[in-house]
Amino acid sequence: MGRYFVKRVLGTIPMMFVVSILIFLFLHMIPGDPARQMAGKEATEQELVQIRQELGLNDPLPNQYINYMDDLFHGDLGTSYKTGLPVSEMLLGRLKPTIQLMFSAMIWSVLLGIAIGVLSAVKRGKVADYVGMFLAISGISIPGFWLGLVLIQIFSVNLGLLPTGGLDSWQSYILPSLTLGCGIMAVLARFSRSSMLETMREDYVRTARAKGQREWLVVLRHAFRNSLVQVVTVAGLQIGGLLAGSVLVETVFSIPGMGRLLVDSIAFRDYKVIQAELLFFSLEYIVINLIVDLLYGVLNPKIRYQ
Amino acid sequence: MPEWKETVRAPEEEAEGPVVQAQSKSKAFFKKFMQRRTAVAAAVFLLILLIITVVGPELAPYDPSAPDYDNLLSGPSPAHVLGTDEYGRDVLSRLMAGSRLTLGVSLSSVIIGAAIGTFLGVLAGYYGGILETLVMRGSDVLFAFPDILLAIAIVAMIGPGIINVVIAVAVFTVPSFARIMRSATLSVKESLYVEVARSIGCKNGRILSMYIFPGTMQAMIVNFTMRVGTAILAAASLSFLGFGANVTEPDWGAMLSSGRNYIGVASHLVYFPGLLIFLTVLAFNLLGDGLRDTLDPKIK
Amino acid sequence: MPEKLLLDVRHLRTEFTQGKKGSVVAVNDVTFQIEKGEILGLVGESGCGKSVTALSIMSLLKDTPGKITDGEVYLEGNNLLRCSEEEMRKIRGENVSMIFQEAMSSLNPAMRVNAQLVEAILLHTDKTKREAEEHALKMLGQVGIPDPARVGRSYPHQLSGGMSQRVMIAMAMSCDPHLLIADEPTTALDVTIQAQILDLMRKIQREIHTGILLITHDLGVVAEMCSRVIVMYAGRIVEEAPVQHLFYEPMHPYTKGLIASVPKLGSGVTSLPSIPGSVPDLSMMPPGCKFAPRCRYAQDRCREEEPPLVELSGGRKCRCVLVQDKEATVE
Repeated sequence: MGRYFVKRVLGTIPMMFVVSILIFLFLHMIPGDPARQMAGKEATEQELVQIRQELGLNDPLPNQYINYMDDLFHGDLGTSYKTGLPVSEMLLGRLKPTIQLMFSAMIWSVLLGIAIGVLSAVKRGKVADYVGMFLAISGISIPGFWLGLVLIQIFSVNLGLLPTGGLDSWQSYILPSLTLGCGIMAVLARFSRSSMLETMREDYVRTARAKGQREWLVVLRHAFRNSLVQVVTVAGLQIGGLLAGSVLVETVFSIPGMGRLLVDSIAFRDYKVIQAELLFFSLEYIVINLIVDLLYGVLNPKIRYQ
Repeated sequence: MPEWKETVRAPEEEAEGPVVQAQSKSKAFFKKFMQRRTAVAAAVFLLILLIITVVGPELAPYDPSAPDYDNLLSGPSPAHVLGTDEYGRDVLSRLMAGSRLTLGVSLSSVIIGAAIGTFLGVLAGYYGGILETLVMRGSDVLFAFPDILLAIAIVAMIGPGIINVVIAVAVFTVPSFARIMRSATLSVKESLYVEVARSIGCKNGRILSMYIFPGTMQAMIVNFTMRVGTAILAAASLSFLGFGANVTEPDWGAMLSSGRNYIGVASHLVYFPGLLIFLTVLAFNLLGDGLRDTLDPKIK
Repeated sequence: MPEKLLLDVRHLRTEFTQGKKGSVVAVNDVTFQIEKGEILGLVGESGCGKSVTALSIMSLLKDTPGKITDGEVYLEGNNLLRCSEEEMRKIRGENVSMIFQEAMSSLNPAMRVNAQLVEAILLHTDKTKREAEEHALKMLGQVGIPDPARVGRSYPHQLSGGMSQRVMIAMAMSCDPHLLIADEPTTALDVTIQAQILDLMRKIQREIHTGILLITHDLGVVAEMCSRVIVMYAGRIVEEAPVQHLFYEPMHPYTKGLIASVPKLGSGVTSLPSIPGSVPDLSMMPPGCKFAPRCRYAQDRCREEEPPLVELSGGRKCRCVLVQDKEATVE
């Protein structure tokens, strides 16, 4: 078990390295002169020189990368061209709403998605199954931002029940959280249904029935417990994608979070901020995937006892 | 194709054998597919949409860009079935015209992404070795950017605009095809008929084009259908964020993005474009589900 | 002597729905009895309805398209087919247990072995958790597992096939059932392990006096284990006989063919006679005797009307008009 953990943790290092190089190269892959892009057409040559200096574009490439990584380990993500503030400070200020939103969406959508999937599998071919699967395929097909707008129209504009945006009270979390979690709920419902249908056919489920176990315990303890190993993997991938989903949801609901900052920075060509955001999003994704991998080991005795 | 002539020389029964089999196979597929009513309904919906896309402007009741200052932001009425926008332009006509841009962007980006991904995936699966490692690790890296973020990052790098959205969505499509086509290739490679082809001395190029690639077509078709839905969502999201089509052009995502400013005032500007995106993506997903279940229940 | 009767299956009929169109009959008019402490063999080729019969007795057809459409199954006088799902649940594992061919995949891979035994024990007894754990260890010891404590702590993937089958038997026997249904319990095992598992089952029958329904396609296993045998073909019982009689004097042409196709030591034959043709598809059953198309003695009347299963002298039954004719002339 310990060996599995160490192996997995070490296994992410090359990935992080490659991702860090890609994100470092982001500045260099911008067509044309990034300094010119940032400063605009009216910028003087002197301004451009200064921006290049700030972006560190003057050194040889390997040195630039080493400097970039060195700064990174010291928590220095550079300075925003637009606000003049340290990027790290800007990100920290935006972290809380995004994380809160992410967790609020994660909890309901994972639980509900798995519940719908399991129920659909148990009631295969019955009305509950059709309703569940219709909900699920709608959930993966609906544009998240549109769902958000429709929810605003109905619950805020027409009914006046919930705020249209911001994150001032607990009520203001409801609509963004529904919007953000909808897709995960749908994917998990579909996946856990097919996974459950597979495990329900296993010999050990028949054994559990043959020993006289109650049907709901046959489903939960024997079938679901074994499905869970696969469901967790998919859930992890989906949760990792939540942060990216926040880009759209925060725009729709005017929430001052990380996603919104990314959109604004792209509009202003604030490259240092974009770079930092991309780094954060992809590191988060890698870390969540790692956690899922480790969880997979915990849930699956075959891996645990290798 | 000069090689083809060789197979013609085979005895008649043998030459006919596979054709007859293929016919009954496609018949069986059709029969099975028709039993899935939701998938058939989705296919019919997409067919109608395709016809509208091709002949759309002729069918549209109004010029999609003609303003009507007497009818600004008016709701659905007999004259304007789906209402008008902030310049008095007919929403229905704009949606019909917009299908060209929206479907054009999504389909072309998936076609490009699928072509590159399939090429890489099939070669990786067939030849293995360093090529396989490179392709698969490359896909891993691209997968390290969650979901639509990869497309956003690419647009952030190369700037907004329709062509750039196509590029971004195409890149975002490549890794999924590379992975799926590699595993499909691996399973076909093991099959007996490829072994036979190799044993009678077929060259790699011929095995790839005549045996491996056709064998992976089912996985390819299913994934293609599914990915078109994803691509429409991704392109619409980029448009919505303001990175895609110019807001003056009729694009479903762009229409939704500008309609958003009139939420509460003219909610039809939010409802209709979004509903159309939703239904189109739903149709592609239902069709994909249907194809997967009829073609090969093993692909997930 | 009704008090000696353990299981009484009468006219059992199980159908499988196929698509929307119709159904096929997998088990048709199956009638047999098992006495207390008896080992009854149920033989036949795969697909003849042996396993479906067993699952029907257990009411375990859930999650299959199968459905019992007629007949009665009495276990110690209690009609199982009339039981509610909840009553049946209490009977399963307590009064009648079952073990399967693939022991390894029949154990839950995510649970430790002793947890799976404890689960079965707690379901049907008033034991506390600790008592149940002790009982589980005792059961593992009784089925000849050398280090019960260690095996109990293991997960199924850490066990061998033979060890898994011992665990399955321990689990099945943990609530002292009166009937054990063993569906091809040794088919997936090596020959030496096979012998050990069969020994174990004989010991259980001798010491605890459990009745066993042993389903197998292996006539060698039947000869070694059973007192009586029933032979199934295409969902029907074609012959029933005490084990010696079946081997020395098979009556039904199908049984004759089966026995003739088993190699015998020292017989010196180089090629074994086999039954021509194959088992008919359940959806395309011939009219008349189901074995007629493969039967070398078949006459026209065999193809027209299905013969009944007729009781003969010496506790035997046979479903063949030719045999019945012969029997009649003898009398």
